[in-house]
Amino acid sequence: MTATEIRMVDAIREAMRAELAADPSVVLLGEDVSVGGPFGATKGLQDEFGAARIRDTPISEAAVMGLAVGAAAAGLRPIVEIMFMDFATLALDQLVNHAAKLRYMSGGQLSIPLTVRMQAGASGAFGAHHSQSLEAWLAHVPGLKVVAASTPADAYGLLRAAIRDPDPVVVIEHRALYWGRGPVETGEAAIVPLASAVVRRPGIDATIVSWSRMTVTALAAADLLAAEGIQAEVIDLRGLQPMDTATVLASVRRTGRAVVAHEAVGFGGLGAEVAARIGEDAFDALRAPVERVAAPFTPVPAAPDLERAFVPDAAAIAAAVRRTLARPDPRRRSLEEGR
Amino acid sequence: MLDAETPGALPRDPAGALALLERMQLLRAFEEKVAELYASGQVAGLVHLAIGQEATAVGVCGLLRPGDTVYGGHRSHGHALATGADPERLLAEIAGRVSGYARGKGGSMHLVAADTGFVTATGVVAGNISLALGGAFAAQLRGTGGVAVAFFGDGAGQSGQFHESLNLAALWRLPVLFVCENNGYAEFSPLSAHTGVERLATHAATYGIPAVTVDGNDLGAVREAAAVAIQRARRGEGPSFVECLTYRLRGHYEGDPAKYRDRAELAAWRAKDPIERLAGRLADAGLVDAEAAADANRRARAIIAAAADAVLASGPAPAGDLTTDVTA
Repeated sequence: MTATEIRMVDAIREAMRAELAADPSVVLLGEDVSVGGPFGATKGLQDEFGAARIRDTPISEAAVMGLAVGAAAAGLRPIVEIMFMDFATLALDQLVNHAAKLRYMSGGQLSIPLTVRMQAGASGAFGAHHSQSLEAWLAHVPGLKVVAASTPADAYGLLRAAIRDPDPVVVIEHRALYWGRGPVETGEAAIVPLASAVVRRPGIDATIVSWSRMTVTALAAADLLAAEGIQAEVIDLRGLQPMDTATVLASVRRTGRAVVAHEAVGFGGLGAEVAARIGEDAFDALRAPVERVAAPFTPVPAAPDLERAFVPDAAAIAAAVRRTLARPDPRRRSLEEGR
Repeated sequence: MLDAETPGALPRDPAGALALLERMQLLRAFEEKVAELYASGQVAGLVHLAIGQEATAVGVCGLLRPGDTVYGGHRSHGHALATGADPERLLAEIAGRVSGYARGKGGSMHLVAADTGFVTATGVVAGNISLALGGAFAAQLRGTGGVAVAFFGDGAGQSGQFHESLNLAALWRLPVLFVCENNGYAEFSPLSAHTGVERLATHAATYGIPAVTVDGNDLGAVREAAAVAIQRARRGEGPSFVECLTYRLRGHYEGDPAKYRDRAELAAWRAKDPIERLAGRLADAGLVDAEAAADANRRARAIIAAAADAVLASGPAPAGDLTTDVTA
């Protein structure tokens, strides 16, 4: 099918509509999903697929997640909408202790084909309880898969792949991207494998690794750098668990420099994991230490000015790239010192 | 469906009555074997036995049919056995052997016997209650008439998932049976240290769920209450709550000296042993005489002894399995 320009929030709805239509075992559970929730991602689906499959739930994240895990164990393919990722804290027992572990603990007797959509990220001054990026917690749990899209096309393709996947998949949706438009093809060919990083912009001087909204920011940083004659390569990780490190490593072997940018706080964030993998597997190619760009180690502030200061911007990413380029090449330095 | 003589109580035919007695004896023999293997070092880890609580598991599960699903907690060897799960594979799982249901990866608190509808046990108190809602939801959506059963203890009644699940089950009229095995102790402390509510069945009324509290050591009473609840669920009338007052004759886990309860209390509950009570009642009714009951017990113990021999001859959980079954 030809691509049409639609908003990410509409792409998400189209992905659910396609899977709901294709498979009667797909159901959707969440708070106010019948009216589309606060962002309209599910609007109209109950009219089309009925109240039995598109279910409004009480504000009971723990029990709803447990019900969805139990339903998945019984062969349904539930999609759960967590209205704000911050509320996933209430459902972590079921996600971490059951969804993630039942296949393993049962020795493969059970499969949990569950999709959990979580709207996340800091924008609009929503404050500390409606803005967090907690992907590192989830990616740390064996048995959970985690993805995050930066474009409407990927939001569509990754969500369809998640719904079809035999394992629990957390799909992180950044609300600042919901209304951005992009070309979206529909149909089978548009499905995106869960663990498939993509090079958004090729470059030869440094690699920027990012995901979700930070990929958009990284591309803006690459524009800033291009004006200075620096060609940064931007990688959109898309899959956070499992992670396509091969694409990252191949890029770093070409550029010799890497910056990881994410909106979550830095300490213990996935940037540390990416940096460690580069250090372990591409050390010889590195010409500078891997830089991390992340939010400061604070809760997400409410005031608009503070929120702007909290979220890493293109200037911060560009500055990190420049730092990697300003480092003397360690191999050259050691040669000089050896003289 | 239930047979014509419901609601409940005990079968009137000798074979049916004897089968229930023998199933309870099997649970007892199994758990005594687990205790023995734990004491001898053949079973490791945390092992929670339900010796003394056999009437609840057998009373409820004896009324289920294929397609129904059961969700247990940390003290659920008996629930799995009561669904008909293979004692040898269960024991092997508890002992960490390759012949276990999950080749040793689950263990005592995380048993799964999918073939008999024992979907899962869980090591996190109350987590299984909402999982059961999922089984009930799937049955409702597909119109199978299937019922889901959640077994949990009195300690679960103070958790958020318990209350969220009761509310949600009532709201959606899910075909689920909440079975609270109130054994008076949540881990090392009496229920009175956890809540001012004496009967957990009273919570059900808040959510509009029919509830009853029964003598959980009386197989007939458990069956009668469960039969009504299961019929309601199959008719699409929603969830029910059955609180079974019972007692665990051993500590919270094997190795727990259980000094928090006194001997007189223990003796009083020993006198209410559910297996002896059932045997006495069946003898009085002329259904199963003492000799037949003893024969059944010998059969049950022989099954468990043979299972234990096979388990001990089975290999350990293989190292190659460590990283399999994490994802598909």
